[in-house]
Amino acid sequence: MGAELKNFQHEQYYFKLRLGFAAFLVLGLFSLLAFRFSYLQIKQHQHYQTLAENNRISLVPSVPNRGLILDKNGVVLAHNFFVYTLEITPAKVDNLEATIAEVSKLVEVSPLDRKRFNKRRQESRTFESIPIRTHLNEVEAASFAVNHYRLPGVEIKSRLFRHYPLGKLGAHIVGYIGRINDKDLTNLEKDGVLSNYKGSDHVGKSGIEQFYEQQLHGTTGFQQVEINADGRAVRVLSSTAPVPGNNIILSIDSKMQEIAETAFGEHRGALVAINPKTGEVLSYVSQPTFDPNMFVDGIDAENWKLLNDSLDKPLINRPIRGIYPPGSTFKPFVALAGLENDKRTPPFAIHDPGYYTLAKSVHRYRDWKPEGHGVVDMQRAITISCDTFFYGLALELGIENLTGFIRHFGFGVKSGIDIQGENAGLLPTPEWKKRRFKQPWYQGETVIVGIGQGYTLATPMQLAYATATLANNGVAMKPHLVSKIQKAISNETQLIPLVVQDRVRLRPENIDIVKRGMIDVTLPGGTAASVGANAGYSIAAKTGTAQVIGIKQNAKYDASAIDERHRDHALFVAYAPAEDPTIALAVIVENGGHGGSTAGPIARKVMDYYLLGKLPISETKIEDKAGSAKPTPEEELHD
Amino acid sequence: MISKLLQQFFKHIDSILMVCLFFTLLVGLFVLYSASGQNFSRVYAQGGNILVAFVLMWVVANIAPHQLERIAMPLYLFGILLLIGVALFGHISHGARRWLDIGPLHIQPSELMRIAVPMMLAWYFSKQEGKPKMADFAIGALLLTIPVALIMRQPDLGTSLLVAASGFYILFLAGLSWKLLVGSVVTLAASTPILWSMLHDYQRTRIQILLDPTQDPLGAGYHTIQAMIAIGSGGAVGKGWLNGTQTQLDFLPERTTDFIFAVFSEEFGFLGNLLLLGLFSLIIMRGLIIASQAQSAFSRLLAGSITLTFFTYIFVNMGMVSGILPVVGVPLPLISYGGTSMVTLFLSFGMLMSIQTHKKLLAT
Repeated sequence: MGAELKNFQHEQYYFKLRLGFAAFLVLGLFSLLAFRFSYLQIKQHQHYQTLAENNRISLVPSVPNRGLILDKNGVVLAHNFFVYTLEITPAKVDNLEATIAEVSKLVEVSPLDRKRFNKRRQESRTFESIPIRTHLNEVEAASFAVNHYRLPGVEIKSRLFRHYPLGKLGAHIVGYIGRINDKDLTNLEKDGVLSNYKGSDHVGKSGIEQFYEQQLHGTTGFQQVEINADGRAVRVLSSTAPVPGNNIILSIDSKMQEIAETAFGEHRGALVAINPKTGEVLSYVSQPTFDPNMFVDGIDAENWKLLNDSLDKPLINRPIRGIYPPGSTFKPFVALAGLENDKRTPPFAIHDPGYYTLAKSVHRYRDWKPEGHGVVDMQRAITISCDTFFYGLALELGIENLTGFIRHFGFGVKSGIDIQGENAGLLPTPEWKKRRFKQPWYQGETVIVGIGQGYTLATPMQLAYATATLANNGVAMKPHLVSKIQKAISNETQLIPLVVQDRVRLRPENIDIVKRGMIDVTLPGGTAASVGANAGYSIAAKTGTAQVIGIKQNAKYDASAIDERHRDHALFVAYAPAEDPTIALAVIVENGGHGGSTAGPIARKVMDYYLLGKLPISETKIEDKAGSAKPTPEEELHD
Repeated sequence: MISKLLQQFFKHIDSILMVCLFFTLLVGLFVLYSASGQNFSRVYAQGGNILVAFVLMWVVANIAPHQLERIAMPLYLFGILLLIGVALFGHISHGARRWLDIGPLHIQPSELMRIAVPMMLAWYFSKQEGKPKMADFAIGALLLTIPVALIMRQPDLGTSLLVAASGFYILFLAGLSWKLLVGSVVTLAASTPILWSMLHDYQRTRIQILLDPTQDPLGAGYHTIQAMIAIGSGGAVGKGWLNGTQTQLDFLPERTTDFIFAVFSEEFGFLGNLLLLGLFSLIIMRGLIIASQAQSAFSRLLAGSITLTFFTYIFVNMGMVSGILPVVGVPLPLISYGGTSMVTLFLSFGMLMSIQTHKKLLAT
């Protein structure tokens, strides 16, 4: 019994030793846990706190309403409206094809919609919702809503769409917005405004929409929301309201714009009208044009191809991108260069045999009038557009003097108009030629610059700008399409400041003689006499022709014999009223032949409306009323 | 009169253990309410589980240890039979064969083994006269290996590890020599590559992800990362009850079961963790005291094993939730939602109480 008890006590002792060891282990491992907790909860607390906050807080951008674009009378050219869209979130859908098939039973889904959907799906991440149909009507929205429960991952949303109510009218002014692409992102980042585009789908791609993007876009607001693990917002923690974009008010009158565009009829071409005193652009036409609404939600490949491959190039913004030889419209500026450089005095006259030759050369620089104009002084040289007079003048001035002076009228320089992508045209100099062709400058090249041919190229914008500067006696106003910016919330309007870009020093007697020559152009005997007929106000103008194909020496230009697209471009610049000009314009009609007969009437209609408020009467009525409106034989010939 | 009746009724309930269990369960219900998204029905269901578990605990507490000793071997053999049944006809759910349908009963025999294995081994070693010999440990190891292997193949890594632990504690407390212990640890370490090759792919990734949870933040590492964020963001005093963002916004997975500790930790912080560890320590301490005072070899071995296994549950669960152990799917005892584990746990507490409350009768 004693031994057994002893044995029991020994066992008991031994067991307690082991138990004690185990208790020690328990204490040790619990301490390890406590140490781990202190590490996570005390030492690393900040780190995990941040991670937890990142988990639960999400910044949801609230996209601001884009500002409106209005004409000078408040006519809306670009606005926004809400549209029901049917959107699919690919990540939430098991079988995309089956879902789309199911959706198309409820609302019509065209192949175009499918294509657009697939394109956007490639561009976006799977958890973003992508529209399969836009512009749902009430009935379609309702029929989907009833079946919504059967289609998880498909939702009706309302999105703000940009709309251009006047469609094609003024499309090249207003431009359009489009979906933000990689290039836009890079640009936005470069401009340091990328953070303001969180949540924005669109950005201005051309025209005013592009140039005034920062004004129109507004400031993106943010909502700080608490989200759950599924990413659904549970509650709003704080929010900053978005600030809508500012409204842009143009100096354009959409009625006048319509008259100008309609005046082109089927012709291709461009027109720019400027108030010479302020630089305000009054009309800005590029024909043919396009409907900017096609671009808002991404243009489809077929329509894009149609527009882009069209021979008529409707997408080219002709007033600033189209470059043409200025032809005879260049002559008034060459004349001023001659007068200001004292190479000519107003009474100085030449005898024009119908051609000009350089010393020691047999090459004849032909006048448009083969038999010559006889005795021609400065004023008459402009009025009848005598080539021979300006050939000689240009040569005497020399290319440096000539271009150095003419550059002040904006040739070869961007006008600074508020649309991106302006072409600077070309005012050739010997240095330019050396750079470009590695060839010396020839005298003969100077000669033809005198009549706006050769390398010389100008945009319609530049021609209008130069004409306005001349009309304004050498004071060059910076051109702008936008006259006012209306602040979004305060509604206060801010005028775009008028900027004098250049002051060309002109002696009054010199500008006077050139102006008189230009006034005579629209009087009987001038190259655009029909344009000035029965105007009721005085018009100073200059016609011009830009060659599309070269004509061989001694060959004769015969408009009817050559293909329409190879005919000369018709040019016309003018300002009115001549005594106190409030409008200066340049018109180009591509392949229009003679400036006075095709481009002139367009200019006349625009000026009639602007100065007299006169609406154009249909063509037949004009002919009935005024026989003198018919081109005189002089005009019909050439200039 | 009534108080006397009550006293008689609760004669075999250990009051110290009972009080500790009560407070821990209370904490558990509050955490469950928060973890379930303030869902009362979850809390009621858990209350039901607790009630059933209590009744069973009371029943077991009233059975004298020597009677428990008698049923040890039959229970063990019955359990082995069921495990073989599972292997042959088991019902597969979530990729594992763990359940057996016998008539209307839907049972998980591995849970039964959590009780039967320590009972069996305690019985076996209590039957040996004097100091257990080498051969006894070999037999003990075999008795342990059979059920552990069967459970591991289901596969149920968590339960098999814990069953193994419960048996190992018996061997250890029965006096397994230190040499052998160190030897077997070394052998185990050496055989790691072989064990590795036996693991299922999902178990391997769990271990790999444990070493670096950021490897797969949205997949297998998601659990651990979100749990660590919950714990760490809880800070010193926690975000407050029902205010844990990780919990309430559904970022924490399995937050009513295996990961409920992260919920507690997020809402009650470091301070709460220490208090909970303290509560668990009291229960463990009480269990160890019961073991040390037990009068038969069977009793003390069983009580020791039950207590240390209870500790192991806590350590493995907290370790995995706080990211220092692999995610093996072990619930936090007394806190995690679930009926089966609750019942098993209380059966073992019943045995502890039986051992404690029957000893005086034996002494007098």
